[in-house]
Amino acid sequence: MSTAEFEKSVVALENEFAKAAEIRPIELETRDVSVWFNTRKVLEGVNMQFEKNTVTALIGPSGCGKSTFIRTLNRLHELLPGAALAGEVLYEGKDIYGPTVDPVHIRLNIGMVFQKPNPFPSMTIRGNVLSGLKLSGMKRSNHDELVEQTLTSAGLWNEVKDRLDHAAGELSGGQQQRLVIARALAVNPHVLLMDEPCSALDPASTLKIEETIRELSKDITIVIVTHNMQQAVRVADNTAFFLAAEGEPGHVVEQGKTTDIFGNPQDQRTLDYVNGRFG
Amino acid sequence: MATPDLQQRDLQAAATSHRGDRVFNRAITVAAFVSLIILAGIAVFLGAQALPVFQELGFSFLTTTAWDLTTDPVSVGIFGMLYGSILLSVVALVIAVPASLLLSIFIVFLAPKKLASVLTNSIDLMAAIPSVILGLWAFYVLNPQADEWQRLLNEYLGWIPFFENASGNFLGTPFIAGFVLAIMVIPITTSVTREVLGRTPPDLINAAEALGCSLWTMLRYVALPYGRGGIVGGVMLGLGRALGETIAVFFVLKLVYDTNWYHVIESGGGSVATLIVSRFGEASGPFEVQLLLAAGFFLFLMTLIVNMIANLIVSRTGRLKK
Repeated sequence: MSTAEFEKSVVALENEFAKAAEIRPIELETRDVSVWFNTRKVLEGVNMQFEKNTVTALIGPSGCGKSTFIRTLNRLHELLPGAALAGEVLYEGKDIYGPTVDPVHIRLNIGMVFQKPNPFPSMTIRGNVLSGLKLSGMKRSNHDELVEQTLTSAGLWNEVKDRLDHAAGELSGGQQQRLVIARALAVNPHVLLMDEPCSALDPASTLKIEETIRELSKDITIVIVTHNMQQAVRVADNTAFFLAAEGEPGHVVEQGKTTDIFGNPQDQRTLDYVNGRFG
Repeated sequence: MATPDLQQRDLQAAATSHRGDRVFNRAITVAAFVSLIILAGIAVFLGAQALPVFQELGFSFLTTTAWDLTTDPVSVGIFGMLYGSILLSVVALVIAVPASLLLSIFIVFLAPKKLASVLTNSIDLMAAIPSVILGLWAFYVLNPQADEWQRLLNEYLGWIPFFENASGNFLGTPFIAGFVLAIMVIPITTSVTREVLGRTPPDLINAAEALGCSLWTMLRYVALPYGRGGIVGGVMLGLGRALGETIAVFFVLKLVYDTNWYHVIESGGGSVATLIVSRFGEASGPFEVQLLLAAGFFLFLMTLIVNMIANLIVSRTGRLKK
């Protein structure tokens, strides 16, 4: 083997390794998930993979089943009347709908932030952060440290550190939403689902939450439903485009790297949607 | 103020310029005042009757327990009766509040829709049972049953002062009367607590579910604290009902002119309303009637205060509009 040949193969190997490093393990995966409310099918055959410590945005017009979909990812869907599901949702390789799986365990590992900020009004700021421990019966030591750490992660610590014992209702909408994020983080989830977390917020608060999302994605996997195309571009590594034809269940039209979905979509409908031509 | 030349226009007059509105507004206002006048009328009438009694007997009317008009001066006081009314109400609430809470939790969070509406309707219907029917039922059906229950309580829990019984007589006890009252309180309290719990914002329930709650922890940390004010209001409304109830208690309580402090399964107790109904027909003269009306005045005062507190609590939470 000549030196040139050798160097070439070394470069090839290096490239190979670099590629391998880019491929992250799959944290969460859905296989052929279909969803019903009573006899109405709202989602059909959704296959998605969520890589560890990435942000995935789910975009698409209203009523295409995005919110329903993320509720299937931590077993909140089943709490609605008439809810049914087919297919599998794998978390760390195991089916979360398996017969021996405790839904509480799943919901603690896969947290959720909702559209409207919903801190518990009867609790203090500190109480809200720690509420998950009480609600789930989870034990974690050193509450003070936990409160500081999660509020810092949620980008709220400096604003509230002097009034932890005040009612959560005193905070502004954007602050409440960050409090809710801290509350979700306090039970130490590996995945955080966010259902249009900024739709009720002003642009400045939205920007803060987006910063928080980027920061959090270093340690946890995030799935975010959004109607804001720019938001998807700003925060998401990957994007999936959902669509439901009139009277048909929703499905994934296209998914991939955010840059590809917005820059070079393969499907005409995706192109139209991301360019604001419908939806 | 800086521009005094600006003429303010009368928007209020413009807003009520529609004739139909004006007539309707007046009618409503009059109706509202009529109910106030009736309330004030009752208070004044009873107060006027109570005044001479109070002048003659002073505070001893409220602090002693006796009903003897044969002596001179008469020895009359309603302390035991007032206290008895409260004791019966407490017994009633101890039974009714947990029952109502559990019922409404079941209806709101657990029962399938159809069962929930059947339950809701039938419990509301319970409120429609005339108290005299409940009294008769208690006299003939509940009495022999409750006799057994109380014997069991006494046998196994007799070491608790409440369940002492020295006489061996288990009929006509505050427990039985309180039990009947509980049956009358349950529909009221249940309907309020059900309403309050049913209005727990779905957002908050969602949040709790996403944090891995169980039904118990969700109730404990979210739904009950959220509805606390309304629930307390419902309990107070039930209490108002229990304090004033007359005829059902008359059938089952052995009225004694003595203060039964806490022996709830000991025969004999007091109740202002029952005192009035049992003495009124055979009152020895106008003075005894006056005494009974004075007793009524203080009962009225007591229930009024309870209801006012209830309304205050309910309106403070601002969630129950009726």
